[in-house]
Amino acid sequence: MNEKNYQQQATAAEMQTLDALQGQLAEKARALELVDVAYRMVDSPVGSLLLASTDAGLVRVAFESEGHDRILELLSEKLSPRILRDKSSLDGTARQLDEYFAGTRHSFELPVDLQLSTQFRRQVQLELGHIDYGQTLSYAQLAQQIGKPKAVRAVGSACATNPIPIVLPCHRVLRTDGSLGGYLGGLEAKTELLKLENPDFAGSAATLF
Amino acid sequence: MQAPFERIVQEYGLNVLRVCRALLDEHRAQDAWSETFLAALKAYPQLPDDANVLAWLVRIARNKAIDELRKHKPEILNDQDMDGPASGMNRPDLQLDNLQLWHEVNQLPGKQRQVVAYRYLGGMSYAQIAEILSGSEAAARRAGADGIKNLRVRLDDQELWREQP
Repeated sequence: MNEKNYQQQATAAEMQTLDALQGQLAEKARALELVDVAYRMVDSPVGSLLLASTDAGLVRVAFESEGHDRILELLSEKLSPRILRDKSSLDGTARQLDEYFAGTRHSFELPVDLQLSTQFRRQVQLELGHIDYGQTLSYAQLAQQIGKPKAVRAVGSACATNPIPIVLPCHRVLRTDGSLGGYLGGLEAKTELLKLENPDFAGSAATLF
Repeated sequence: MQAPFERIVQEYGLNVLRVCRALLDEHRAQDAWSETFLAALKAYPQLPDDANVLAWLVRIARNKAIDELRKHKPEILNDQDMDGPASGMNRPDLQLDNLQLWHEVNQLPGKQRQVVAYRYLGGMSYAQIAEILSGSEAAARRAGADGIKNLRVRLDDQELWREQP
């Protein structure tokens, strides 16, 4: 007879009502500009992805392996606790990702919000957007491209902390010897994305040696 | 650190729904649910980390429910002080986060449920309740007494909301 029991005993009818009410809440809250971070999940060939956006644009794409609950807590701490699940506010983003995974979209047209990154990392992460679909660069080449050829390590960390993977394609950056380097979503996901973009991609063979 | 607000909605949405339904008819209960969470979302960043979130939400819900009633019967609730609120009402918050109680209130037959909710959770007099429910004061009193009797049996608590004669 403790309180928790009652919290969990929603009838099917109550669940249905709550579902509808929660959908309406997201819409009303958006209209009143009370939501600082909206989010939703989408399915993808590299697992479930969490998409989060602010007024300024897409602020986070998170892989399942990162722990979606943990990511929401981080967003609550770093951006604002006014976080609501809002399916329709991210419709455009979800559609572009679908098209990307279907192979019909080669670049994203989305506003991004890089406020989670420091200024230097922001510069690197924006530069990622200029690496063409199916192409790869080395960390050293990327460092050169932003005019800081000696900052290879810092460029590597900027890629490793990219808050908007896939959309800002840090998976297109490899080590100079062609091996994969790291990836937030795991090396399997990195390989999967590179193969999607270029079926001839040799895979992670180089990391074996 | 504050939990993402979505988690508050998931965790307490059902409690707030039951509270709103105990106080209002279905249509207005759903409006009050939305209004409650919108107001909570707005104020959420200022909520202290150690606050009792459920009690906070139920207090907002109760105020929103009274707002909903006021929209339709403005003259009734404005003179609340004049004809005396229920004597048990000086400490209503003590019961606000008692989920088992809310659950049992929701199980009462329609009229008993409404009268009990208005009187003990909404702090209204029987005269006010009678007007809202378009019935007599005596009938409201009877339904309230029956409701309380039922609750005392179901909760096995003879002291529940005992009013001074």
